[in-house]
Amino acid sequence: MTTASAVAFQLLQSVFVVLVAPLLIGWVNQCRAWLQNRSAPSILLPYYTLAKLFHKDAVIAHDASPLFRLTPYVLFGCMWLASGIVPVLATSLPFAPAADIIALVGVFALARVFSALAAMDIGTSFGGLGARREMLIGFLAEPAMLMTMFTAAFISGSTQLTTIVDTLAHREFAIHPSLAFAAVAFAMVLLAENARVPIDNPTTHLELTMVHEAMILEYSARHLALIEWAVALKLFAYFTIGIALFLPWGIAQAGDWAGLPLAIAALGAKLALGGAALAVTETVLAKLRLFLAPEFLSTAFLLAVLGMLIHFLVLG
Amino acid sequence: MATPFSTQLVNLLAAFLLLLAFAMLAQRRVLTLIKMFAWQGAALAASTLIVAWSTGQHHLYFSAALTLALKVIFIPWALHRLIDRLNVRWDIETLINIPATMLIGIGLVIFAFALATPIAQMASTLTRSTLGIALAVVLLSFLMMIVRRKAVPQVIGFLSMENGLFFAATSATYGMPLVVELGIALDVLVGTFIFGIFFFHIREQFDSLDIRHMEKLKED
Repeated sequence: MTTASAVAFQLLQSVFVVLVAPLLIGWVNQCRAWLQNRSAPSILLPYYTLAKLFHKDAVIAHDASPLFRLTPYVLFGCMWLASGIVPVLATSLPFAPAADIIALVGVFALARVFSALAAMDIGTSFGGLGARREMLIGFLAEPAMLMTMFTAAFISGSTQLTTIVDTLAHREFAIHPSLAFAAVAFAMVLLAENARVPIDNPTTHLELTMVHEAMILEYSARHLALIEWAVALKLFAYFTIGIALFLPWGIAQAGDWAGLPLAIAALGAKLALGGAALAVTETVLAKLRLFLAPEFLSTAFLLAVLGMLIHFLVLG
Repeated sequence: MATPFSTQLVNLLAAFLLLLAFAMLAQRRVLTLIKMFAWQGAALAASTLIVAWSTGQHHLYFSAALTLALKVIFIPWALHRLIDRLNVRWDIETLINIPATMLIGIGLVIFAFALATPIAQMASTLTRSTLGIALAVVLLSFLMMIVRRKAVPQVIGFLSMENGLFFAATSATYGMPLVVELGIALDVLVGTFIFGIFFFHIREQFDSLDIRHMEKLKED
């Protein structure tokens, strides 16, 4: 494997991820519309929205500090970095050693801190409300997320996502109860972290129940577009982390151009299934009261911890 | 690490048992609690069946059948009838709130696993690694009996504790002798009947199944 080839692979993956992420959101929205018996919007709708937003003039409050302007770029950068690190198409990418799973959670936390600060920056009541709720959910979801990843890390003996994927994809078939627990916990964290239905409703217009939407109420035009794109990238990153940890089959090696079509096909199939599953979950579940969110997330934490403990017991 | 497939299956079912024990701890509705108890029995029967099949211990087939008949079909049915008759479909009240109970539960699981690991190393059975889970199920059922206020969930806690003990026996020593098992099954059956009769008496006396009333010795 030559370095140039691997770098080319890395660039390809990064560009691919940025371009494909809104498609996932479009697919989820389409599935949701079908399930709710509405006529579905085009799967390309998120792209049209982004294009529309980029052509508008940004309106910014007089009291906004530079932090407010900076935040969309930070959010977008964090999410792009995160999805560049996750082995989406191939393992052993040149960027991968830059961050292991703990640093990856840190990148998400950085984005969360910035969006909360920006939400409070203008001083509107909804911004502060959304920021506080987001931090509540974040501090409950993060330990669960880390525990989930530790379970996979213990099984493969490394905290590098690339190594984890390599180990899990090329092992002999074995039932890992701990991985099943971790997968359920991860799905719950995914719903909470991406502001999906049981915790937050991404399509709500009622400010009092908003969590994530309340934080970005003040943004417009290109800033809003970047944030929406970052949201799409975050969902994509979480999906690909989930795929990397629990369904890693079919991924290519960096520099292995022949494996690429298979990797893309496998990824597309897994994402289509995952997106449909997300739409079903969102249709079946109702939004929880905010005060039940700690219970939901403590269940996720519990499952993740149980998974880890069972791993030790079964091996030990 | 080449663990036989049957052991993997038993481990999976053990994990399922533990999950159910936690779900029962978190459950607020009596009817769902009974359903979960039935599922626990089913998982227990399946794991016993797998152990019986993979080790060729014939008497375990009988235990599996007994578990299936008693804990999956008969006792849940009896409990259903009981709560129909008593007309108790209220939500369960707990003494401690549910997330706190779960955290205590995690502590108990860690304790049980730490306790069971040295014992499991001495055992030579296929299923020795599940001993910790069995112990954890027993402790979690204890916890459930402690934190619940009403009589019906306490009885379900008691019965699920028996499930844990049974699972411990299967995993540590491939099950107790058949005579002992029959005796225990009879005990559980009789226990359920007696509890049922108790429920009616408690309710007649206090107009409620809340066992707090029984702490007072005098009429006021």
